[in-house]
This record gives sequence, C-alpha cells and structure tokens, in this order.
Amino acid sequence: MLFLFFTFLLPLGYILRLSVYDPTIHDGLPRTAEALQSWSGNGAPDEHTFQALAQDLIDARQADIVGSIANRLNVEAAGLRSAFARTARRLGEKPPSGHYSEWFQRADPVWGEQSTWQVINQLRSSVSANYYLAAVDLRRNASGGIEMAPEENRIHTTLFARTFLIAFSVTALCILLGYPVAYLIATSSKLVGTIMIVLVLLPFWTSLLVRTTGWIVLLQSQGVLNDLLVYLGLISDENRVRMIYNLAGTLIAMTHILLPFFILPLYSVMVSISPVYMRAAQSLGAHRFYAFWKVYFPNTLPGVGSGALLAFILAVGYYITPALVGGQSGQMISNMIAFHVQSSLNWGLAAALGIILLSVILILYAVYHRYSDANRLVN
Amino acid sequence: MHSFTVEGAWSVAFRIICAAILIFLIVPILIIVPLSFNAEPYFTFTSGMLHFHSEAFSTRWYEAFVSDAGWMVAVHNSFFVGILSTLLATALGTLAALGLNKPLPMRNLIVSLLLAPMIVPIVVLATGTYFVFAKVGLVDSYLGLVLAHSTLGLPFVVVTVLASLSNFDQGLVRAGLISGAHPTMVFRRVTLPLIAPGVLSGAALAFVTSFDEAVITLFLSPSPAYYTVPRKMWSGLREQISPTILAVATTWIVLSLVLMILMGVLRRQSAKRSAKPVD
Repeated sequence: MLFLFFTFLLPLGYILRLSVYDPTIHDGLPRTAEALQSWSGNGAPDEHTFQALAQDLIDARQADIVGSIANRLNVEAAGLRSAFARTARRLGEKPPSGHYSEWFQRADPVWGEQSTWQVINQLRSSVSANYYLAAVDLRRNASGGIEMAPEENRIHTTLFARTFLIAFSVTALCILLGYPVAYLIATSSKLVGTIMIVLVLLPFWTSLLVRTTGWIVLLQSQGVLNDLLVYLGLISDENRVRMIYNLAGTLIAMTHILLPFFILPLYSVMVSISPVYMRAAQSLGAHRFYAFWKVYFPNTLPGVGSGALLAFILAVGYYITPALVGGQSGQMISNMIAFHVQSSLNWGLAAALGIILLSVILILYAVYHRYSDANRLVN
Repeated sequence: MHSFTVEGAWSVAFRIICAAILIFLIVPILIIVPLSFNAEPYFTFTSGMLHFHSEAFSTRWYEAFVSDAGWMVAVHNSFFVGILSTLLATALGTLAALGLNKPLPMRNLIVSLLLAPMIVPIVVLATGTYFVFAKVGLVDSYLGLVLAHSTLGLPFVVVTVLASLSNFDQGLVRAGLISGAHPTMVFRRVTLPLIAPGVLSGAALAFVTSFDEAVITLFLSPSPAYYTVPRKMWSGLREQISPTILAVATTWIVLSLVLMILMGVLRRQSAKRSAKPVD
C-alpha cells in the first residue's frame, strides 16, 4: 500500500494540487495582492496599489523571481511578460519619485489598462478554479462573471468533443469488426478456433510501438498499400491516398490496437453460451437468423457492453498512437496535456485537463465495474 | 433448395469477412518482418524483393541495430528495468493478493485502488510521476523507472494471483499447519506451488507491460542513457525514420511470440491443475 501511495496516489494528488494551486502571484506579489482586495474593478487601481507593486517588484528582483511571475502573467495575457520585466528593470535603474501610478504608466502603458489589473486580480488568490475554467474554455469577464471564450478560441472543448468522438468511433468499429470474429471463434472447431485465437493474441502481445510502425509502413504515401493501389492501377502515382498522419490514421491504428481487448472478453462470454439454446430454437421452427437474433444475441449483450466500455475507457486516454500517426486532425486530449507539460509549460492547465479526463474515466470505470464480469474474476 | 443456397452463400461471405478482419489484425505485424531484410533503405517492397532476388535482401539493418551503441543501451535498459520491475511487481502483487484473499474491511475499495493504474490515462499518471519524482531526484534514474513500471505491472499480478487463489483450497493450509509446519514452510511448500501458474502469468504480463512502456519513460528519462527500446522507437518514429527500426521491431515481435507461447503453456498448466480433483 505504501508503495502505491508513493508511485500512484502521490503523483495523482500532486496533479490535483497543481490544478487548483497557483501561488505565483499570491506569493510573488504579496502586497499587491492584498492591496487589490479593495480595488473596485474599474480602471486602474489607486496610488496605494502602485506603491505596493513597486515594493513587491523590488523584492521580486532580489529574490530573482521576476521571470516566473512574468511568465505566469503572460499565460493569461500575451505580451505582459516583456512589459512586466521591463518595468521591473526600470524600477531598479530609476526609482520613482512622486506619483507611483504616473511613473508606472510612463514605464509601460499596460499599467493604466483595466485588463492588466484584472489578470493580476484573478490570480491574486493561491487556490482557484482558474485552470479549470481555462480547461473548459470559460473565462472571467470584466465584471467578474463567467463567460464562454470567443468561438475561435475554444480549443479545449473542441478537443474534448473530438476525443470522445474518436473514442466512440473506435468503440463502434471494434463492435462491428470484433463481434463476427468472436462469434466465428466461439462456434468453430477446436483447431480452427485455436488458430484464430492465436491470430488475435499475437497483436495483443506485440508492442504498441511495433504495431504503430507497421501501420506507418503500410499506410504512408510511399508505403506498401499505396504502392499496391498504384500497381493495380486503382490510383495514379501522383494521387496517392493520404491514410496516415491524420484522423484516419488515428482511427485505423487505434481500432487495431483495441480490437483484441474487445474480442477476447466477448469470446469468453460466447463460449459459455450453450449451443443447445440455438438448437432448441431451431427445432421449434425458428429460422437460423431469427434464432440468432432472438436467442443468441441477447445472451452476448453483457459481453458486448463490458468489452465496449473497456475499449472506450482505454481509447479516451490514448496518447502514443495519436501522437505518432494522428497528424493535426487526429490529436486527442492526452496530446494536449503532454504539450502543456513539455512545451508550453502551463502545468496548471495540463493538470486541470488531466483531472477532468481522469474523472470522466473513473465514472465510466464505476459503470464498467457495476455491469461487468471483471468482479467475478477477482472475487 | 433455394434457402439452402442463400444460407450457404451467407456462411461463405461471413467467413470471408472474418478472414479479412483477421488479416487486418495480423498484416501490420507481419509486413515488418520481410521489410526488415530489405537491402535498400526503403519502407516498401523493391521489385527485386518481389522477384526473390537474393541481392535484394540483406541483414544490414540488423547489423546497424546491433552495432549502434544507443540501441544496445536501450536493449540493456529494457531488460534491466523490465526484470527488476517484474520482480518488484510480482512480489508486492502476490503479497497483496494473499492479504486480500481473506475477508477484510474495505476490501472492494482496496482491490479497485490496486487495479486503478490499469485505467488511469497514462499521460496523467506520467505527468504526476514526473513532478513527484523530480522533487526526490528520481528523474533520469533506474530506480525511478523501476518504481513507475512496477506500479503499472502490479494490477496484472493482483488479478492473476487472486484468480488462482479463488480455486485454492484453504483446507490445505490448515492441514499443513496442523501437521506442525511453520507458516513460512506452508507457504513455500503448499501455497506457492499451487498458485505458481497465477504468479508466473502475472509476472509475464508485468514484464510485457514494462517492456512495452513508452509514455512514463518518455517523461521520466530525458537523457538517452535511460532510454528503453520503446522510448527509442518513439524518437525514431517521430524524428528520422530509419529502416533499423524495422529490424528492432522484428526482434521485438519474436520476443513477444516467445512470451505469448510461454503464457499459453502456463495457462494450460493452471487449467490442468484446477481440473485435478483435490482429495
């Protein structure tokens, strides 16, 4: 238990903390944060706040944290990084005499703008739901209310929608392709069934990256499949089909990877259905298809349901495949999280996106647990 | 006679459809094998290969793989981290399963928690692990990789050992204790041999999990000295794609085949054992 605590619960807890805990401004500009409590929210704040900011900036320069504060502000409003750093530098060279607010606005006009102070005011508290708002494309408006971001900026909701759409399509493809195969395996003779099981198990045991390599080799524009199509004269050499590094690539490769996860549990449900039922229905005069539809199919539904839910849960969190073969249009929410962790360094937003994704999966998992036979295996 | 032909045609069509689906499953794997022997640096069949000219085939990509220090480091790391994390996951998972085999308060909650690493989105777990491990100096270290990989392998061991414990007759343990054996002795001589197939298949799954893991390694090992093979394949596929990767992939396919056969043997053995009447 202690082991899991360290390697599993602690990391997830840390993510949760990252997603709500945002102390850069609160700790970096403590006096400003306090002074802003009395700010009306209209126009620039009073002289007292500017004095507090000047004092905070001097401290920040000494503590060498100007850069991190500037970066945090820049995440909210592009351009604030340079304005902030420039002001801090100038403050060191030529301290203000007389009116602080005038000095600041002369140093950089952004200090006279209401929007700048709104950004600082929003980040004032060290615990907030700001990242969650950003993660679902909401933002605070001038009066402190919550509104949708402009349509062209709604990246995250679009991406969540796409992630669920991809996961849903992949699950549907798994049902469509997996059901007949599982049925054939379950109803074939022992030898043929075993051979088919091996064909399903081999991809199951083969490394994900190996399989992705296989798809790249097959599908890329100079790849085997396009060569074959050109050779057969179905397409011309100049019009090779783009099958990878786009949404199609993600769908094909993910279906391939998740199909065994669907077939194997469904197969185990199907072999437990006694063939006597079908024979009984047919001897009572039911047509083969009718007997299948009325007798066999309903019995397999629990297997279909739990297999599909498992495929969906795994698909929603996918990362490697979309990153390697998804191009632009095949990216999913996990890729966005990785981007924020590794490239944009907006960790709080990455954490909020991660917690949202995790919650969705946990809810689905609870449903899965309730309706599946996984419990029977464990108990 | 008419309905017979319709059904016959349907049955043939059904088999063809299933065959096509199975081909879909197997082709991306099989295609790599012949292409890894391509004499040219292409990812497709040359006309020489299609006509079986011997000069169109070569083992140059295998030579490139074996002589590349970076790949060899990755192979070493994969085995090293894989074996250590399998041992750790197997030991902890078996102990957890033995403990959970008794009625316990909050048993279901603990089981769900133990199984949770299977379903948590890997990127989320990798991000959290990276931040926590960075604080304690476990980034770019074997210990960090082994710990993180064990976490992922643990659920498989718990599931398989719990499954084999469910066919296990607790009376045997009592019999052993009554006969005067020390509890550790009973565990070694009675319990362990009987649940061994479960432990071993859990270990095999844990090993495969570590062997195939790329995302955690991606986050935890920025430096190539701690790359594993999947991690290096990831770079290879993203940056410059060289046919050496096909030779590596083929080697990896052979390894997974071996593991799969091993797993099949274990499953057969455990089926035989549970079928045996206990008297």
